Amino acid sequence: MNDSHWVRRLVLVVVFAFLGLFLALPLLVVFANAFGGGAAVFVGALVHPDTRAALGLTLAAAAVAVPLNTLFGLAAAWAVTRFRFPGKNLLVTLIDLPFSVSPVIAGLLFVLLFGTHGWFGPWLASHGVKIVFAVPGVILVTAFVTAPFVARELIPLMQTQGIEEEEAAHVLGASGVQMFWRVTLPKIKWGLLYGVVLSAARAVGEFGAVSVVSGHIRGKTNTLSLHIESLYDDYQFAAAFAVASLLVAGALLSLVLKSWLEYRVERRGLSR
Amino acid sequence: MLKQRTPLPGFGLSLGITVFYLGVMVLLPLAALFATSGALPWESFARAAGSPRALAAFRLTVGTSALAAALNVFFGGLTAWALVRYRFPGKKIIDGLIDLPFALPTAVAGITLTELCAPTGWLGRPLAALGLPVAFSRAGIVIALVFIGLPFVVRTLQPVLEDMDRDMEEAASTLGAGRWQIFRRVVFPPLVPALLTGFALTLARGIGEYGSVIFIAGNMPLKTEIVPLLIMTRLEQYDTGGAAALATVLLLVSFVLLFSINALQAWARRRQGASA
Repeated sequence: MNDSHWVRRLVLVVVFAFLGLFLALPLLVVFANAFGGGAAVFVGALVHPDTRAALGLTLAAAAVAVPLNTLFGLAAAWAVTRFRFPGKNLLVTLIDLPFSVSPVIAGLLFVLLFGTHGWFGPWLASHGVKIVFAVPGVILVTAFVTAPFVARELIPLMQTQGIEEEEAAHVLGASGVQMFWRVTLPKIKWGLLYGVVLSAARAVGEFGAVSVVSGHIRGKTNTLSLHIESLYDDYQFAAAFAVASLLVAGALLSLVLKSWLEYRVERRGLSR
Repeated sequence: MLKQRTPLPGFGLSLGITVFYLGVMVLLPLAALFATSGALPWESFARAAGSPRALAAFRLTVGTSALAAALNVFFGGLTAWALVRYRFPGKKIIDGLIDLPFALPTAVAGITLTELCAPTGWLGRPLAALGLPVAFSRAGIVIALVFIGLPFVVRTLQPVLEDMDRDMEEAASTLGAGRWQIFRRVVFPPLVPALLTGFALTLARGIGEYGSVIFIAGNMPLKTEIVPLLIMTRLEQYDTGGAAALATVLLLVSFVLLFSINALQAWARRRQGASA
């Protein structure tokens, strides 16, 4: 039964107004403000040494966190979907836990561990290792907040795919490594990539958690998000939005990649 | 019946990696939090988490998150309905853009919404002329939280609407039910669990949210200061214990909310199963 003409029209008007206000308008605001100061300000903000240092740190943190979480996600999904063991439900809950922890609390957790008065703080200080208010802290919290993404994509996918093919490979004498590369990985590659994209997008954009542990040293421990905050607090609005437009471009790219991967995962699902 | 354990290799290795990583990255840090706040004398804990300023922050955080989640249930519900049931130009692009709030770094969302709603902004100026200040007020916080939670309701509702059997609606119509009756009796009940899930996810996200809120909130103690910001302030004052106490209560609040909504959802599902 289809909605009457006027219901349909009313719903569409409300939906377009809502999405226009919350999705389209903010995008326009970013680009209008980014170029509001002229091309020179825009380019100047992007090539500034502090921006380049922030970009470097952001990418470095993602480059450590994403592979770590990919390995963790693969291991967790293999353990959870291929074997029965006591405490499995608890383990799955724990995997999702970082999602329900506020980013600020995530940062706080690592201050409590590695800060001056933290559990390992004095020992680290006596060995000259600095984690909080330094680059390692930024990397650690980034890994924490993005930990569930890959596991969360792979667990339902591998659950529905079943284990017959792996069992066949095993019976036919394949080693564990062979089985993983030849059987499992081809089956899960699109889902895996999907999880990696989500994880990378979050790693690049994380703000609250890194804000707690970074120390906000320009050119040293500022990520792109923190750099935007610094510029904004200094009333350098055009520069802040210029750097923001870089992150928006990245976000839009991740959405395109995500839609494409969703399409691949669905097609794979249908062809099975 | 218990399924036989499969002969597949890698049990020890995969479980070992998983447990080790979770232990180091999640359990150890959480243990540090609970140990720190547990070691506080009761008076310090109560002073940190029960002061008028802290209580106002908790009320504000939970209240604005609940309001934003409710708004998202309504508007997100309509959006999911339009995306599944109607055909209109640009639908594919709009569907892809729904996830923008997840993909957009929260700091960028924060400064952008502030710019939009500030008294000089595209939206803020006409609203200010009407005597409705949005930026640097509670309304601003709600706007930021609606934005950040927008995808949750849409994405939990979409698959349920897609799988819905349209025959039931046809049957109800043939049997003489009016449109409103069909919506209330046939279409709406199976959507309740998904709507509750969407509400819970938006609420949980809102309670912890920091980046998108702090720029637009104005951050006045007792008025527009959210709990995550208060935690940040305590940390900057080197009051680690106070920060840990606030964080412990905030974590417990979100766990209790999530748990009760999960229970509610299970109840809704059971009830629906019983009536079907």
